Amino acid sequence: MKGVRLSKGARAGALLFGFAALIGLLIFGVAGYLRTSPPTVSVGASSSGSVNLVMQTDGAVGVGPHPSWVGYFVQDASGAWHQTTLIQLPQNTDVHVTLYEYDSGGNLRNSVWSQVAGTTGGVAYINGAAESVVNPNTNTGNGIAHTFNVPALGINVPMYGVSGSAKNFCNTGPCNTSQAHNTITFTFHTGGAGTYRWQCFVPCGLGYLEGNGGPMQSLGYMAGFLKVV
Amino acid sequence: MARFVLEDSRSEEAGKSALVKILSVWAVVSIIGMALVWFVLGPHLAPGTMTDQAQGAQFDIKFVSTLVVPVLLFVWFFFGYSIMKWRVRPGEDGTLPAANLSGNSKAQGAWYVITTTLVLGLAAFGTYFLIAPAGAGGGEGASPIWTPGTTKLLQVQVIAQQWRFTYRWPQFGGMETTGIELPVNTEIEFNVTSLDVIHDFWAYQLGVKADANPDYNNVAYTKTLATGRFTVRCDELCGIWHGAMYNYGTVVSQQQFEQWATNMEQQNASVTKLLPKYSLTYTPSYSGAGGGYYNTSVDPNANL
Ligand SMILES: [Cu+2]
Ligand SMILES: [Cu+2]
Repeated sequence: MKGVRLSKGARAGALLFGFAALIGLLIFGVAGYLRTSPPTVSVGASSSGSVNLVMQTDGAVGVGPHPSWVGYFVQDASGAWHQTTLIQLPQNTDVHVTLYEYDSGGNLRNSVWSQVAGTTGGVAYINGAAESVVNPNTNTGNGIAHTFNVPALGINVPMYGVSGSAKNFCNTGPCNTSQAHNTITFTFHTGGAGTYRWQCFVPCGLGYLEGNGGPMQSLGYMAGFLKVV
Repeated sequence: MARFVLEDSRSEEAGKSALVKILSVWAVVSIIGMALVWFVLGPHLAPGTMTDQAQGAQFDIKFVSTLVVPVLLFVWFFFGYSIMKWRVRPGEDGTLPAANLSGNSKAQGAWYVITTTLVLGLAAFGTYFLIAPAGAGGGEGASPIWTPGTTKLLQVQVIAQQWRFTYRWPQFGGMETTGIELPVNTEIEFNVTSLDVIHDFWAYQLGVKADANPDYNNVAYTKTLATGRFTVRCDELCGIWHGAMYNYGTVVSQQQFEQWATNMEQQNASVTKLLPKYSLTYTPSYSGAGGGYYNTSVDPNANL
């Protein structure tokens, strides 16, 4: 007995359909990728030759596809907050960073990251006080929430956490300065043009393997790029 | 007419003289080729000659590459000769009577003996040089069997963490650095471990490559022989920044190294105090946010 043979037209149709499905899948994938790519916030050069970069770290960003993930917001020139870790900076410029840290902390997996490095003067100001080594065991035991680390620029800035039981603890972002926070300020120099990756060294990906999955591996949360142009 | 050509060029006599021709040209070209690979290409082969282990690796690659030359050339020459001499020419029908095909036990035997010797010889060579020279720069596990014949070792602990390497120096107060410098003409003992997933410490120009496993101390040896820059790369896929998990180190004079290490020890004194006691492994006992940290009894998740 011979199997059912499709007519030429039917076969061509099936082929076309398969092809269309494949293209559709591709477009879906690319669009999905583009949709989830966080925006780049550009920090333009000021007249004084230095720029201000204002960021906040929240225990839960509260927006986007993963509202419960820990992550960053970056302020643009108009003062609006964007949930992203992609930052464009001018080259050979001093960048004055202000970081509002709203997350709770713990100990570092590797205490070597308690040292401030790569900043002007080798210090970061935590709520106004200059620190070169941040002891996770001080600051009433709230530990280190995150570290801002740019390997290629040698930058490492540990951020004290706030108490998770603070009265006005920010449970979901974007947070504002009326809520419990630490203000960390420091300055670094951008040097030449290039794209520099940055990450956090506190394994803060809650519920992921070794704490290093999820937000730790996702742009817009705990992984990012400084695009120096 | 066509049949004459066939029979003539495929007779036993013709075959022998062809083989002699192939072999004599092959021998001459092979010797030249082997000399070129050994003397001209050899010194440029990976991974260079910065350490004894790198030298060893380069020697192995040079040796095998040189041996490959005659094998490769024989195959090429035989094919080349066959195509030129024994191809079907215009006017020939190209079919070969079955009677003309015959076995040649001598040729077969030679083939078996030569290939078996080559393969087994290379296996023995590889096995010997993989282990005998103090582990050939590979990670030998926690209790290495092949050790360098000296106890004067500079110990460098390599700590892999997603996604950077840091280095601890038990002979310099247990300090931990993000960079690595090494003194020349010194036997180095690398103690490689990880604080999270599996990484791999691959110091290319040093001829050292050892997996970094959590809760495990993987030992590798090398002796620095020349100054210069080397690259350290992670060679186990370990997450988003795996491709960016590299840094550069330098082999410097012993005096320069002493200076660097002493400077670092002073610079890092305040952070060294915060580090856990030097240990061959560190146990990150928690996963999840805060992730745990190493070698301490404090629960990092207590505040969460
Ligand atoms: Cu973090
Ligand atoms: Cu790695």
